[in-house]
Amino acid sequence: MPNKEDNIRIGVFVCHCGSNIAGYLNMEELGAYVETLPHVAFAKRNLYTCSEGGINEIKKAIKEQNLNRVVVASCTPRTHEPLFRSSCAEAGLNPYLFEMVNIRDQCSWVHMQQKDDGTAKAKDLIRMGVAKAALLEPQVPIISEVAQRALVIGAGIAGMTSTLALANRGYEVVLVERGERLGGMLNQLNKLGPTMADASAFADEKVKAITAHPKITVFTKARVTEAQGFIGKYKVDIETESGVKKIDIGVIIVATGGRLLVPEGLYNYDGKKVITQLEAETLLKQGLDKGVNNVVMIQCAGGRTKERPYCSRICCQTAVKNAMLIKEQNPQARVSILYRDMQMYGVENEEMFRDSKAKGIRYIKYEPEDPPQVSDGKVSVYHSLLGRKIDLAADLVVLSTPIVSQDGAEATSQLLRVPIDDNGFFLEGHVKLRPLDFATDGVFLAGSARFPANIREAVAQGLGAASRASIPLSKGSVVVEPIISILANEDACRGCGLCVALCPYGALEIKKTDKGRKVHIIDVACKGCGVCASTCYQHALSVNSFTDDQINAQINAFLE
Amino acid sequence: MLDVGRHPNIDLLAYSEIEKVEGEAGNFKITVRRKARYVEEDKCTGCGACKEKCPTIVPDAFNEGLGERKAIYSWFAQGIPSTHTIDSNYCRQLQGKKCGVCAKTCQAGAINFEQKDRIVELTVGAIIVAAGYDVFDPVKIPEYRYKKIPNVVTAIEFERLLSASGPTAGHLDRPSDRAIEAEIEALEKKAAKSQKLVAKFEEQFNQSSADFYAKFQKGEYKDDEERNKWAEKYKEHLTIVEPLEVMKKKAEGFTAAKRLAFIQCVGSRDFRFYPFCSGYCCMHSIKEAIIAHEHGPDTTSTIFGMDIRAIGKGFEEYKIRGGNHSNISYVRGRVAEIQDGPENNPIVVYEDTKERMVKSQEFDMVILATACAPTKGIYELADKLGIELDAYDFIKTSPLSPVDTSKPGIFVCGCAGAPMDVPESVAQASSAAERAAEVAFEGDVRKEKAVA
Repeated sequence: MPNKEDNIRIGVFVCHCGSNIAGYLNMEELGAYVETLPHVAFAKRNLYTCSEGGINEIKKAIKEQNLNRVVVASCTPRTHEPLFRSSCAEAGLNPYLFEMVNIRDQCSWVHMQQKDDGTAKAKDLIRMGVAKAALLEPQVPIISEVAQRALVIGAGIAGMTSTLALANRGYEVVLVERGERLGGMLNQLNKLGPTMADASAFADEKVKAITAHPKITVFTKARVTEAQGFIGKYKVDIETESGVKKIDIGVIIVATGGRLLVPEGLYNYDGKKVITQLEAETLLKQGLDKGVNNVVMIQCAGGRTKERPYCSRICCQTAVKNAMLIKEQNPQARVSILYRDMQMYGVENEEMFRDSKAKGIRYIKYEPEDPPQVSDGKVSVYHSLLGRKIDLAADLVVLSTPIVSQDGAEATSQLLRVPIDDNGFFLEGHVKLRPLDFATDGVFLAGSARFPANIREAVAQGLGAASRASIPLSKGSVVVEPIISILANEDACRGCGLCVALCPYGALEIKKTDKGRKVHIIDVACKGCGVCASTCYQHALSVNSFTDDQINAQINAFLE
Repeated sequence: MLDVGRHPNIDLLAYSEIEKVEGEAGNFKITVRRKARYVEEDKCTGCGACKEKCPTIVPDAFNEGLGERKAIYSWFAQGIPSTHTIDSNYCRQLQGKKCGVCAKTCQAGAINFEQKDRIVELTVGAIIVAAGYDVFDPVKIPEYRYKKIPNVVTAIEFERLLSASGPTAGHLDRPSDRAIEAEIEALEKKAAKSQKLVAKFEEQFNQSSADFYAKFQKGEYKDDEERNKWAEKYKEHLTIVEPLEVMKKKAEGFTAAKRLAFIQCVGSRDFRFYPFCSGYCCMHSIKEAIIAHEHGPDTTSTIFGMDIRAIGKGFEEYKIRGGNHSNISYVRGRVAEIQDGPENNPIVVYEDTKERMVKSQEFDMVILATACAPTKGIYELADKLGIELDAYDFIKTSPLSPVDTSKPGIFVCGCAGAPMDVPESVAQASSAAERAAEVAFEGDVRKEKAVA
């Protein structure tokens, strides 16, 4: 397809990268070939296109040769595209009229032993790059203001930590808690392992700091019922006892926590003689009854099953902590922990595990195929290491049940257009590299809403999410690469909403217009991934710098 | 790494060490030694032409000594910054000999043999220590015979062997086999040399060396001086060729390692060394076993451990998947000893606690899941910074303020504070950044107040 402009003048710079490229490809042949390509007005080989000399040659050529497109065939855009783009801009050329071809990673590095084939492939790639460059159009980055206010959902330890951190940095924070008071699960805990610090004292300290902080607005018994918009510009509705508050928000932190599984129907759970670890915390807070001399704890109660395959990470350390506290209150007590694997990872946990053995806590390994049986006053278990069944007297049975996803997590996920995983926990942007971000910009994650976390981890994540959230706040605006989706053919759009459902970033919405239902792109939220454009069966959507015409031109060039 | 290298607000001082730290939160004065690279950072483009021409071969520390590099090098191919460095311990020029090949090769004129260490003074508001950890040296456990049995390797060495950019390009060649192959290569070079010498005589006398030598041994040509020399050279040649043939025959049977044993808690949960759990090793053993199985679908792995601590998001599921789809068996038991078996196959002696029996099993390779050890030099660093270490020499923190050190304004993240995996380290890095930013913000507020 011919370009709208008549006079396309492309400059092509082929980089030797020292010997990185030149050592393995036939550069003279490549250089001569480039000159034969359509629209190429200028071609040059450089030892290093990225060196000061190379950059100056690009700038000089743009001016002297009246170039209106630039192609560099060199290394990877991951490292060098920003440099070449800004060089174009410095010479007065719109930086999006630049195209990069990677003949190092894709030719010289992977075809080191095949000089002719590698050179032929480099020709193909450059021909394709030039064909696309001819159709490139100028773009302008999108800048959007960021409202200087954060919303934190959930006032457990992670949420309270995030709130305080952001407020201490001078940002306004709105903290929304659906319960009556701040503190979350911390309020139900007794002591915090491994230092056995008092949970309520720690919670009180945080609550006091939050209540006294001038930058923090707290809503308890409140819910976020609406969150329209995108990074920097959220319109949030908060339903409170005194009516709905409408607040402009820049960034959102999800710290809604988790919930301890109540083991209905498991191991004769009754909440009295057979209780959960959380109920044990309350019991220990009040002081253990005198008659409790034999305690059996059962790990993985309802966890690591077909239904809930994950290990809930923190139940072993909770059991060991509570076992030690029982021993402290009643040194004569016999405490046995029935386990599958003792998950006492790290320095502090393993240390506590060792201490507990010294204090006489007994550990009995059971096999999931042959789980313990709880009857009145007794637990029978197949002792995996002894190889036989044993009976343990039990005045109290404590079930270590997993943390499961919070009630309403799914609703929150839909409200904020962020995903949850198979186990109902929120799914971060990248499991390893972006643990506290969502794929959607402007929304962040901390604590057991992500995955069960102990106090140390929840505090760290609360701080971390605050740090992540503070980046757009401190910049004051977001600058978005203009390589995003566009509604290239509005008439073709039927407003079917397929793209809206598929967009991983919540960047699309259907709006009613004079012409009927049409898709609308939230520029700032779009990442230019192209999912929408490639699925739109009406070809109504397109992505800047990756339009159908441009990609077709590349394919046609390849097939020449 | 790329982002760090490119970020306008980041000044990256690589190959540098802290000399001295003074001051307090909000106003630290830091003296940094920028070690001489003998390469000008602003000129080096990282092209690597120098290292291609450098004649000096050095064991490659990045590949755990399993591969080789040159005396001028970059730590690894995609490292940031890409600036190369001359290893002064090996460089011929810096050792006072004649060379300078790199300087002649470098078209950017970046080589500077006269470069000296430079001292840089910095003023900063807060400090984050992210000094990482070291891999425990399993030589300290004599019963595992690491370094004695060639096919017993550490997890990090195994990682390099599995890596496509590693010394075996990702093929699971056993170290013992690689050693023999290296020997074959060296002997072949020698054999080619001696073959040339022998060939001269064959041409001269128009006779094959074997025929001649048979006769010579029967007592012919005793008085011929030239033929005596020939016999001597041929005898030498045979001493090279004969073992070479034997080795080559043996090497024909070499295959990739198929039967793998992973041994957990090597140096961790061990009172002789580190009593703590290193937290991440169960998962890296499972990962390595799964990747090895991807390389060779008939690979089987046995993971020996006390508890398999698959405690992160998706970890337990990953563990189960490894068992179901990647031929991994998990055996509960502590390995007592590794013995040298036939064909360089290590034999693992262990107690299977489930079956209550002492057993032994032969493997092609054994991989040691080594402990997360506090990094060397952490004493000196902690001393300069004035921060406390814990009983194991990790930087001391408290569970309720997990990234604060004992000194205000100095924070820690990652394994310098305690062993942890990637997601936790990444999360903690953000946490430490947050605390550091709070210090900077307080500083700004103080300044504003002072002005007002």
